[in-house]
Amino acid sequence: MTHSGPRTGTTLASVAEAGRSAALIGYLPVGFPSVDGSVEAMVELVRAGVDIIEVGLPYSDPGMDGPVIQHAAEAALECGVRTKDVFTAVEAIAAAGGTAVVMSYWNLVLQYGVADFARDLDSAGGGGIITPDLIPDEAGDWMAASDDYDLDRIFLAAPSSTPERLDRIVGASRGFVYAASTMGVTGVRSEVDDHARGLVSRLGEAGAERVCVGLGVSTRDQAAEVAAYADGVIVGSALVRALDSDGVAGLGRLAAELAEGCA
Amino acid sequence: MTDVSEETGPYFGAFGGRFIPEALIPALDEIEETWRKSQVDPAFTDELLDYQRNYIGRPSLLTEATRFAKHCGGARVFLKREDLNHTGSHKINNALGQALLAKRMGKTRLIAETGAGQHGVATATVAALLDMECEVYMGEEDTQRQALNVARMRLLGAKVNAVTNGTRTLKDAMNEAMRDWVANVDATHYVIGTVAGPHPFPAMVRSFQNVIGVEAREQILEAAGRLPDAVCACVGGGSNAMGLFAAFLGDEQVKIYGFEAGGEGVESGRHAARFSGGRPGVLHGSATYILQDSDGQTRASHSVSAGLDYPSVGPEHSHLHDTGRVTYEPVVDDEAMEAMRLLSRTEGIIPAIESAHALAGAMRIGRELGSDAVLLINLSGRGDKDMTTAAKWFDYIDEGAVQV
Repeated sequence: MTHSGPRTGTTLASVAEAGRSAALIGYLPVGFPSVDGSVEAMVELVRAGVDIIEVGLPYSDPGMDGPVIQHAAEAALECGVRTKDVFTAVEAIAAAGGTAVVMSYWNLVLQYGVADFARDLDSAGGGGIITPDLIPDEAGDWMAASDDYDLDRIFLAAPSSTPERLDRIVGASRGFVYAASTMGVTGVRSEVDDHARGLVSRLGEAGAERVCVGLGVSTRDQAAEVAAYADGVIVGSALVRALDSDGVAGLGRLAAELAEGCA
Repeated sequence: MTDVSEETGPYFGAFGGRFIPEALIPALDEIEETWRKSQVDPAFTDELLDYQRNYIGRPSLLTEATRFAKHCGGARVFLKREDLNHTGSHKINNALGQALLAKRMGKTRLIAETGAGQHGVATATVAALLDMECEVYMGEEDTQRQALNVARMRLLGAKVNAVTNGTRTLKDAMNEAMRDWVANVDATHYVIGTVAGPHPFPAMVRSFQNVIGVEAREQILEAAGRLPDAVCACVGGGSNAMGLFAAFLGDEQVKIYGFEAGGEGVESGRHAARFSGGRPGVLHGSATYILQDSDGQTRASHSVSAGLDYPSVGPEHSHLHDTGRVTYEPVVDDEAMEAMRLLSRTEGIIPAIESAHALAGAMRIGRELGSDAVLLINLSGRGDKDMTTAAKWFDYIDEGAVQV
């Protein structure tokens, strides 16, 4: 199957082949501070050495997000961001040579049409979708649509997940498994939970090929700590905060520092 | 306790399920297991029954409303008096059941979302009774229009958090409670106040509210000598309605009506009528009818009644709507407020504005069915909490009067 854009498995494999400790995965919501502004910021992430860009789709009820991302999403919605804008961002990232995945609460994909979303994401050059409120048990339509376009299905695993749940998540996932480092929502934390290391090793035992860790990582040192045991380090709120307070230049500086942590 | 409806989740037709972060799945599994075991454990059912009788004041009365009935086409009208429960609404039935389950699971802290404040008060009450910590999330707009209930919760020892995100109403309070729960799930039980949320909440909450319909069915057979022609309830999330409806779903001759908040009219766009102005989607953990824009962003709901001001509805209602077993109709703010005044003046009973939607809807149904009909209406709560809203609406506060 030919893809218009790279899948995350390929990107993560090339990071490993290059001898780096882990890939850096950066999240930004489309439409914040504006659609054009967010696209410019995402392209800057690619330039600064972020391996995979998570393009967030702002949602009115972001139950998994802490205050930083909530406020960015609210601002983006007030400015009139639409679901289709996510494909504009994905195209720009792919054109800049980056790997793009979408992170979306499920209702937005459902209302667009699961098969239509998969088709348009693939043709825009996107690699797959991270689904924070969709568990494999409810993902029948998405399993089929992602198979049709060979898109990555990135499900979340949590410290509370039982061995049976981890088996199910690993079996359903493609690309990588998103290990939530802590029991909680997105946000900057002073320490990344010890839970993360244990969860990554349990996912490995369950047969996960690649595991990336998110929730709470904001500094180069934290990135380096996680990079020592995970295939990828996911950073969200810290990047959104940097973009908000220091603009694209400040965002690029933080991204470059985090990338050093994953060297 | 028998479950009079056969639907036990996780799906009600095409609706329900668990659209929720993976982190909460083990907690939901534990709740489901504890709940199912408790249903057949006499130690649990006896304790619940004891509290229902000696604390809530069950069974609640069935009152015939003869003067109000004149405004319902002359039909015989019976009110199921959930307003007489301790704390003033049906919400305590569920809060008590879930708090007892939480104790069984070894939880020490209860959290809740609340709109009108009745569920928050009920949860704060059972937390005090059972010596548990309690924290309630309430939209900032609702803390203002239901200030008396905020004071009640605080007096009962609960911490009340005004939620300033999004539309600052019930849906945002629910988001915030979910965020608290995922971070504190080890010691905390989230007492969802309605038949919504991820499985097993819709089925479990209905099981704790079933007592309304089970009692009412027996009482009306005794009082009227037959089943009612129609049963009526207001539907926000829909727990008082499911609690009443479940007992009558199998009685094919009984028409069932749910009344949603029509706000300023469905055509105005300012309403909470999910079945008239919404479509299926996913919100707060379940697939159901929701108010949303073309992209799937949740649209703000509107109602004079804080308890019905919610853009989603319990998934079993969506199923009952699609199968046609229950008819859902909007009742606008004006109709509900007029019904509130009418019941107050004809029967000396001040209903909650939520319940007044059921009364207004029943007035329509009574006129359709005529004077031979028997109507059963769930009077889900009392209106004390709504005095500020009512006083403003009807201009009852004297100029210069000081509210202390």
